[in-house]
Amino acid sequence: MTKAFKPYRQRPIIPLIYAIFVFLPLYWLVCISFMTQDEATSGLSFFPKNPTVNNYLYILTDPGWTLGFVNAAIYSGLNVLLSLAVAIPAAYAFSRYQFLGDKHLFFWFLASRMTPSAVLFLPLVQLYSEVGLMDKVLGVALAHCMFTVPVAVWILEGFFKQIPPEIDETSKIDGRGWISFAVKILMPIAAPGIGVAAFFCFMASWVELILANALTTTEAKPIVAVLFRAGGPLGFVHLPILCAAGVLTIIPGLGLVYFVRHYLATGLSMGRVNRM
Amino acid sequence: MDKRTKNGAFWLVMPASALLAFSFVLPIMAVMNYSLHDVFFGNNFIWVGAHWYETVLGSVEFWGTLGRTFLYAVLVIAIEIPLGVWIALHMPRFGRQATFFVMIAAIPLLIPWFIVGLIWKVMSDASIGPLGVLATGVTDLYDLNNVITAWIIIVLADVWHWVGLVVLLSYATLVAIPQAYYQAAQIDGASRRAIFFHVELPRLKRVLIIALLLRLIDGLMVYIEPFMITRGGPGKSTTFLSQDLIQTAMKEFDFGEASASALIYMLIMLTLAWALFRIMTASDD
Repeated sequence: MTKAFKPYRQRPIIPLIYAIFVFLPLYWLVCISFMTQDEATSGLSFFPKNPTVNNYLYILTDPGWTLGFVNAAIYSGLNVLLSLAVAIPAAYAFSRYQFLGDKHLFFWFLASRMTPSAVLFLPLVQLYSEVGLMDKVLGVALAHCMFTVPVAVWILEGFFKQIPPEIDETSKIDGRGWISFAVKILMPIAAPGIGVAAFFCFMASWVELILANALTTTEAKPIVAVLFRAGGPLGFVHLPILCAAGVLTIIPGLGLVYFVRHYLATGLSMGRVNRM
Repeated sequence: MDKRTKNGAFWLVMPASALLAFSFVLPIMAVMNYSLHDVFFGNNFIWVGAHWYETVLGSVEFWGTLGRTFLYAVLVIAIEIPLGVWIALHMPRFGRQATFFVMIAAIPLLIPWFIVGLIWKVMSDASIGPLGVLATGVTDLYDLNNVITAWIIIVLADVWHWVGLVVLLSYATLVAIPQAYYQAAQIDGASRRAIFFHVELPRLKRVLIIALLLRLIDGLMVYIEPFMITRGGPGKSTTFLSQDLIQTAMKEFDFGEASASALIYMLIMLTLAWALFRIMTASDD
């Protein structure tokens, strides 16, 4: 064979323009977060003239704000664990067996993903007040399962389908129980899939506002809800502080993207999304 | 792969079903109950039958909001899907650059929606935002109190936020196409255009249905980004269903009416989702 054929449109200029389009608004957010209130609202400026970290200090020294970050991190993490714990067996069942009502159940899982939070937040508040889950991080994590579990099941089902069933058989002959099989065999083999599923669960839980805001009052308030209270009605009154808080909420996402950068594309291409 | 029939597998699905029954089915049943009652202070119920449904279905406002919400969803899909595929097609498929662009596409997806709204509110502001200042300098027509401007901004914000999802999904599919397909196409003397339509597009079909499904659902649910940018205005021109529901329930305390419109809204979404789900499972076989 002569030279490898590269028929792709190797013109990174287009993705480059896209990258600039993604970065510009973020640059402005970071920029304003280092300004004083006067400078930020006085007009357009391309960089802070007298950069100040006061906005960050204000947030990081106020327990109301810092607690918001801790709460959001806890319920997002808790949500990932909960979602994966129930989604792994469910996805395995859907990928391996036919059973009564499996197709209907699969659709209802998706229906749960499709229901707007605005429809459900009222009864959820009442239900959670009754059972004592109101204003608890566990409550928010449970509520977010409504859209993370279906996504996790969907992604994992695709990965499990690619694992040859002979592996299950061998494991059964070895006398393993289901749990031992899941933990020692299934999960290590499907690790990229579990990683991608965890990424999507964390993402959905971290960015959500309606339920996180409605189900918390003081103790478990996440940062987005603190911001929503502070910034929604006030608009530009504390713009640099809002922007600083915004920058801080983006950091975990950036970290996560960085960690999964090698698995994201390959992970997605192996899963349910791409099976032909 | 042939699946074995085994009803015992139901036990494996039980934990997930139980969790969703608690967080999804129970609240839906409560919504159904609300929608048939007049609710006072959250605990006094008076049976009103189909009254709220008649009110909602007979209200011009509801249909207006529904129409706007659909227009929004259709607009963002019509822009994001072709644009996302186009960007993905031009991305390098190996090496560091490829990883870099994958990260770029993923970043906006992990930004809290409230912050996305904040970012674009700042960007579009006519006195301090780069986009706003630039646009005001170029044309007199730029005015956030103008319906068209407001729509352009919220659609642009949505594209910024979500086109990365289409890019990621399409890119993941494109890199999975074996090199041999391209070589075969080259031997046949296929043009770049023909390669797209006969090699890449058929492969992308499935993933594009998924992207369509996800963007349709989330587009119809949109709430905080337009709310942050335009407050639903000017007038009601950028008020969408989620905002309408939350306002009816929280500000006017009309639980019954909010629930009735919520259920109608949900039924419409489920019908659409079901149709797409059928198309998707049909393309599996």
